[in-house]
Amino acid sequence: MSAPAAAERTSVFAARGVTKVYHMGEVDVHALRGIDLDLYAGEFVVLLGASGSGKSTLLNILGGLDSPTAGSVHYRDRELTEFDDAALTRYRRDHVGFVFQFYNLIPSLTAVENVSLITDIARNPMDPVESLRLVNLGERINHFPAQLSGGEQQRVAIARAVAKQPDVLLCDEPTGALDVQTGILVLEAIERINAELGTTTAVITHNAVIAEMADRVIHVSAGKITSVDVNTSRRPASELDW
Amino acid sequence: MILSALNRKALRDLWQMKGLASAVATVMACGVALFILSRSMLFSLDLTQRTYYERYDFADVFAGLKRAPNTLAARIAEIPGVARVQTRIVVPVNISVPGLDEPATGRLISVPDGREPVLNRLYLREGRFLAPLADDEVLASEAFVTANNLQLQDTIAAVINGRMKQLRIVGIVLSPEYIYVIKPGDIVPDDKHFGVFWMNENALSTAYDLDEAFNDVSLGLLRGASEPDVIQRLDDLLEKYGGLGARGRRDQLSHQFVDNEIEQNRNMGMFAPTIFLGVAAFLLNVVMTRTINSQREQIAALKAFGYSSLQVGWHYVTMVLMIVAAALAAGIPGGLWFGRVTTQMYAKLFHFPEFQYRIYFSVIASAAGISVVAGIVGALTAVVRAVRLPPAEAMRPEPPASFSPTLMERLGLGHLVPPVLLMIVRQLERHPIKTALSMVAIALAASVLVLGNFFQDSVDYMMTAQFQWVQKYDMAIATNDDVADRALYEVGRMPGVLRAEPTRRVAARLRAGPRTRLVGITGIRRDNQLSGLVNMDGQETPLPPDGLMISKKLAEVLEVNVGDYVEVEALEDKRPKQRVLIAATLQDFTGLRAYMDLDALHRLMREGPVLTGVEMLVDPLQQETLYRELKNTPQVAAVNVKKHAMDSFDKTIAENLRIMKSINLLFAVVIAVGVVYNSARISLAERGRELATLRVMGFTRGEISAILLGELAIVTLAAIPLGLALGHAFAWYMCTAFDQELFRFPLVITNRTYAWAATVVIIAATASGLIVRRSLDHLDLVAVLKSRE
Ligand SMILES: Nc1ncnc2c1ncn2[C@@H]1O[C@H](COP(=O)(O)OP(=O)(O)O)[C@@H](O)[C@H]1O
Ligand SMILES: [Mg+2]
Repeated sequence: MSAPAAAERTSVFAARGVTKVYHMGEVDVHALRGIDLDLYAGEFVVLLGASGSGKSTLLNILGGLDSPTAGSVHYRDRELTEFDDAALTRYRRDHVGFVFQFYNLIPSLTAVENVSLITDIARNPMDPVESLRLVNLGERINHFPAQLSGGEQQRVAIARAVAKQPDVLLCDEPTGALDVQTGILVLEAIERINAELGTTTAVITHNAVIAEMADRVIHVSAGKITSVDVNTSRRPASELDW
Repeated sequence: MILSALNRKALRDLWQMKGLASAVATVMACGVALFILSRSMLFSLDLTQRTYYERYDFADVFAGLKRAPNTLAARIAEIPGVARVQTRIVVPVNISVPGLDEPATGRLISVPDGREPVLNRLYLREGRFLAPLADDEVLASEAFVTANNLQLQDTIAAVINGRMKQLRIVGIVLSPEYIYVIKPGDIVPDDKHFGVFWMNENALSTAYDLDEAFNDVSLGLLRGASEPDVIQRLDDLLEKYGGLGARGRRDQLSHQFVDNEIEQNRNMGMFAPTIFLGVAAFLLNVVMTRTINSQREQIAALKAFGYSSLQVGWHYVTMVLMIVAAALAAGIPGGLWFGRVTTQMYAKLFHFPEFQYRIYFSVIASAAGISVVAGIVGALTAVVRAVRLPPAEAMRPEPPASFSPTLMERLGLGHLVPPVLLMIVRQLERHPIKTALSMVAIALAASVLVLGNFFQDSVDYMMTAQFQWVQKYDMAIATNDDVADRALYEVGRMPGVLRAEPTRRVAARLRAGPRTRLVGITGIRRDNQLSGLVNMDGQETPLPPDGLMISKKLAEVLEVNVGDYVEVEALEDKRPKQRVLIAATLQDFTGLRAYMDLDALHRLMREGPVLTGVEMLVDPLQQETLYRELKNTPQVAAVNVKKHAMDSFDKTIAENLRIMKSINLLFAVVIAVGVVYNSARISLAERGRELATLRVMGFTRGEISAILLGELAIVTLAAIPLGLALGHAFAWYMCTAFDQELFRFPLVITNRTYAWAATVVIIAATASGLIVRRSLDHLDLVAVLKSRE
């Protein structure tokens, strides 16, 4: 392997044999059944799969929200599975940006305050207004979530996620609650973050169209990775339609 | 940005739930105010009492006697432990006051000519001290002067040793001996008809043939001296001078009352704030549980972005702390205000040169401390839940609550009940602990009302008992010394006297083993009709032909039972000592009393038919004439008019009770409204979506109100009997706590009190229900259904 190639393919996440079992009284739910996965610096990955296939579970484990029942997850050279609660918190605080399907904004805080909430505790944050401008919401910074449309709320959520300048951006069905046009605006924002800031980005979706904007598409089904597609050319979000 | 975004969130969230937050803060503020009130009052009273005693040399030991030469003072001073001795003359006098038809009673106390007494010094409020050798000047107690609207230079007439004498008031004074002024034998102060006066020793000793002699002595003790020892030795010394038994401060009447009040503040300082802070903690628990449940996803997001669990927990704790801060901000001035009200109540009862109600920083600090603790304890389970919430878990909305068939349904009665009622009952059964705590909190509101009214009921009952069953006479007189029973016929012939019965009082020491008490034994005729020997339950106990009938409390104190013997040492006349049978006990309300058949008492005293008092029924039309006659009767040392005692009671105690009752009402309403409003708002928030759905499906406003408020109606109605029972239990506790030598409260709670407590709680609950119902009417159906939660 040539040196530049190795540098390009710096592994951010390396998951090996990750399984997750939920105990629901009598029954065990196998959400993940042995996942091996690498995510590389700067790439844009889409995790594609039916509802209930285990995508969120996987993303939550990568993001340090949850820990696997078995298997190991490396973040760069560190073993996430060995982190205790405090270390996981630090990890999320310093390295991970999350975007959720239902935005999870704090309704009592304005857009800019929602972003400040994160910059308050981040190590190397952007200016909150700056990050809202990145998602084209420079005009709406003093609006409360209730005064924003779903797409706008989701863009605030993206601004909030990237304001700390995270190493990875993890988005769980960011367009799941949105119509096509709005969804595209949101995807454009994510695309822009990935391109301009070089943030490693993973987006979960059950919408195959979105997969076209990714570097790689990881197919998940019943707790397993069934295949990985590499897109030779990425389609810009603005050209998508579903 | 000065405030961090998280703190802004805390502030905005609080503002969002301002109704709930202020309900909680108000209940907590009541607890804070009560705590500050009783603790500060406790410290203020204690400090005022101690400084007064110290500055004005309040004596440690007090003794009355018949007569002893002044030379005895030196021997008294030699008793080990005695630091200072003050001998003096104390005599009861019958006085007439300008503007007062009826005779009043006074106590004349000597002060050394031209110098201050070494003990029980006087505080001069107005005017001057006595001119040496002046024999027509007196210093008058402030309470008496105020009650009778007297001024400096006014004169009162006193029958001094048989001769009417005009006495000019040259000074208005206060004495540490008379902080609480009460006429011997009375149960409430009557400042208008009882006054204390100080006069030059020379003048008094001449008038009473007590030249170079004294009939009263006070001692100041050295630090570390043994009081019982000194009392024993003093009693021994005074025995042959007609000693009436020495007593320490704890048997000094005024001191007893002040101490009693201090003790009461100490008890209330624990009891009342506990109730309020307990309810506040419960409310906080409900509110914070609700808040945190509805913010699961926000909590998850915070954690996902790297806020630590502790930071999240602290965030909710700051919300609690802000509520506590609001409670303190209202409770501290509230405590100050209550303090002022209470100080005014005290001013009627306690006569201090200056009573300063001070708020102590340490009290405020501990109020803040316990409020913070109560708040955090209340919110703890909810906050812990926020801390523990795994971030991934929180992304999914709270699962739908699981319901199960209610008890009613399991009993097969389900089909009898309309579905709306089933919804209500299931909701109640689903949160058994919350339902139970709501019930307890509302019950506490009812119990506070019962307790507040209980004091009134009890005192009313006591007064009825005292003024109608015990004192069946209209007027009673007492003489200085025992007089031949011929006097009875003379009194009987006075104008307006319809009936007259003799009484004989003997100062005595009762002894049972090592336990002794100084008491007055009252001799009355067994066939008397004017003194009732009535128990708390209203039953009379007949006077036994022989032996003593004593207060049940006295029997307890002496640890004797009916059938036992006590040693009676009479402290007057021939001072006979004899073993006497306890023939009966009487469960009475005040003091430690002893009664005996008049003839039996004469036999005990080895005396003929004498008396020291007469009780009378009086024709109201001839009252004035009788008053005039009595004012001029030299032997009469004291006149007790029942009507005056009743009036005085109405002016002091009754009014204080009324104030206490309104404050109580306020508190109970705060709790009831706080709890009901709180529960209704929370239910509305939790079930807004469900109720809106029902509205969309065609339910009327009335029907959904019934679902929401029906729950509260059931809880409130169920809480009321519990509250009444709890109130009864608190009242019982108070009765036992106040079972003292001075006073015993009868456990009397009228049905009116129960009805009143229930009514107030129902009204308060209905009012808060209606407030919430208004927001139900404005329920925005679309908005509710659109929101995800
Ligand atoms: N906390 C949990 N308890 C029990 N089962 C869970 C839990 N979280 C997820 N699951 C189950 O794990 C499986 C995968 O869920 P998830 O990762 O959310 O799927 P996806 O995001 O692909 O829709 C599902 O069957 C789901 O029911
Ligand atoms: Mg999912």
